[in-house]
Order: sequence, then C-alpha cells, then structure tokens
Amino acid sequence: MSTEVAETEVKQEKKPSEALLSKRRKKIISDPLNDDNPVTVQVLGICSALAITIKMEPTLTMSIAVTAVIVFSNLIISSIRNLIPGRVRIIVQLAVIATLVTLVSEVLKAYYFDMYKVLGAFVGLIITNCIVMGRLEAYAMANKPYDSILDGLGSGFGYSWIILVVAFFRELFGSGSIFDFKVFEAVGIQNFPTNGLMVDSIGAFMVLGILIWVQRTKTGYVEH
Amino acid sequence: MDIINLIIKSTFIDNMIFAYFLGMCSFLAVSKKVSTALGLGLAVTFVLTITVPVDWLLQEYVLKEGALVWISQDFAKVDLSFLQFIMFIAVIASMVQLVEMIIEKFSPALYGSLGIFLPLIAVNCAILGASLFMVQRDYSLAQATAYGFGSGIGWFLAIIALAAIREKLKYSSVPNGLKGLGITMLITGLMGLAFKSFIGIAI
Repeated sequence: MSTEVAETEVKQEKKPSEALLSKRRKKIISDPLNDDNPVTVQVLGICSALAITIKMEPTLTMSIAVTAVIVFSNLIISSIRNLIPGRVRIIVQLAVIATLVTLVSEVLKAYYFDMYKVLGAFVGLIITNCIVMGRLEAYAMANKPYDSILDGLGSGFGYSWIILVVAFFRELFGSGSIFDFKVFEAVGIQNFPTNGLMVDSIGAFMVLGILIWVQRTKTGYVEH
Repeated sequence: MDIINLIIKSTFIDNMIFAYFLGMCSFLAVSKKVSTALGLGLAVTFVLTITVPVDWLLQEYVLKEGALVWISQDFAKVDLSFLQFIMFIAVIASMVQLVEMIIEKFSPALYGSLGIFLPLIAVNCAILGASLFMVQRDYSLAQATAYGFGSGIGWFLAIIALAAIREKLKYSSVPNGLKGLGITMLITGLMGLAFKSFIGIAI
C-alpha cells in the first residue's frame, strides 16, 4: 500500500524542481516543533522523555542521539522504501534502527564513557522510542529522502526541546542546579531546599503534565 | 524466598511504569477502556515472561564474552555483546508475532479492539527494557524469569488502574488544555506517589 502512495507522489513532484528550502519544506521542519509536537501532541516517545531528564547533561546527550537516529533511519528507509515488501517492513525498520542505535551506543562507549554509564540501558531503549518507528511508518515509507531528512530533523528538535524544558525544571528544583552549576548559590540564596519529588519519577509526570497543559492552551489543541 | 521477593519487588517497587517510565506509549494510548487495557496487559505480561528468559539464554550462551566456549575453546575471546540490541529486538519481534497469531485465532474481538497496538508491543519499551536491565543486574535464569513475570504483572496492574480511573474521568469537567494526555500525566504522577509507599517492603 505504502509503495503505491510513494509512486504517485513521485510522479506529481517530478515537474517543477523545488527550492532547497521552499515554504512546504520549512513547514515540514517547523510543524513538529509546536502544532504537531511528537511528545505533547502525538504522545510518542514518552518513556525516554521522562527517564533521563533528571539532569540537563544526559538529556542533551540523549536528544542529540535520538535526533541523529531519527534523521539517519529516515534517510535509509526512505532511500530503500520501494524495495521493502509491505509484510516484513516492521522487521526491516527495526533492523535499521537497531543498527543505528548500536552505532550510537558504541560511539558513546568509546568517547563519553561516563555519560554511557549514566544513561545505561536507556541508550538501547532508543530502539523502542516510538517517535523513530512512528516517523518511519508515517513519513519515510512514503516520501523522498531529502524531505524525510527534514522531517526527521523537525521531529528530533520537537522532541529535544520538550525534554530539555522538562530537564531544566527537574534539575533546577530537584538538585538546585543547571548543567551542574549551582544556580541558587550563585545568586546568593544559600541552602535552597531541593525537592526530592522532582528527582523522582513523580516530578517528571507532573512537569510534563503541566507543560502539556500550557502548550495546548497556547495552540488551542483539544483532545476528545 | 528470593524469587518471591524479586517478583514482589519488580511488581510494586521497581514498577515498569512508575519507577522507570517504560512502555508509556501504549500505557497512555490504550488505557481508555478497562476491557482493552485488560487484553493488552495480559499480552504484555505473556510476552515479558517468555522473552526475558529467552534473552537470558541468548546473552549467556551466545552474546557474552567467552559465551561461545560450549562450541569450541577457540571462541573463548569472542565478544558478541555489540549484537545485543539487534538479537534482543529480533526475539521480541518474533514473540509478538506469535502472540498476535494466538490472539487472532482464539479471540477475534480482542484482536480487533487492540488493533495497531498489538504489533506495537514489539516496540513497547517495557519488554526491551526488562531484557536490558536483566543483563545489567546479572540475574540467574530463575531470577530472570521471575523478573519478567513480576514486571509484566506490575505493568498490567498499572494499566488496569489507569483505565478504571479514566473511565470515571469522562464524567468530570477538565480544563480544555488539560483534557486527554495532560490530565492523564498528572493522574499517573499521583498514582506513582501511591506506589512509592511500597518502598522498603521485603519478604
């Protein structure tokens, strides 16, 4: 089914060659940032969004890793989309994602071993991050490689800014610091009472819940 | 005793949802009705209980450094642990395929209501997560089985409880922006707070 869609799209787009960053393509990047955010609107990739957001630094590493995996898996799957038989596409997608995640994990192990220890099993869990799989299934299987890269970038950034905001509040109130820099002591507040719940899983749920509330009030999106 | 303790610990204290946030996607998406949640919970428990021991065998006899000694002494230095992710995900995907076929055969109604979320168990982080944690914590085969089963039951309890709350939630007036995902996150947070009270219980 998806290959048929792809073929018709290719035929339509062949006539005029599009600008490298046309309006439509800018929209592919900007949509997932707010109106169609993978975390807060599409409810994907929540697992890792919460588990590693205790501190800013692992969160930043994670967001870079996830963005890289989304972009490259989108590129690869989109390039071979016409060769994949529909019945085994899930396995093919998983194999591509698992290979990329293995690469990311080996790079982390080689160059940032401390960070690798902190993230632990959650590097491997990028494989099961629903955003990656979701974008492959919904976009890369039916679109050309360049558009798929842009879509991957957009989704990656949409995911990144949400988890960075969550991590910002959790580290600020849970540990009283940002990137391990003691903010409260720097502005002259000694013995800031840190909130243990923020370090715990409960803080993550609450912060994300409130973030979703604020964001949806702004965009006017209502779920029924 | 150790095994029972591990089951209770993984069900309540190290709960997949409330302590590690694993399997959140389907947890949030399929918890609108208790009956569907029940079916998915059972399926996940089943897949977890089978997958974790199978992954343990794989890790112990194929992937670990020196694990291939049982074939020949020449393989004592072979370390295939970088293949861990791919092998684990392959086992999970095939188990999910199996469960899908079983459910389709015996309960077409449940098969229809689970829809897309049945194949998506393959990308349910709880299952891959349990396998990876099992490796990290050096469990034995019996412990790994108990851990898989306990985590499954914990996930099952969590999704049933959330589905029951969300069924009641239909009759309350929630602010527009908070409807759906927002209020569900806050409720999950409160449920997590309740589950925290299990910390320190040991048999």
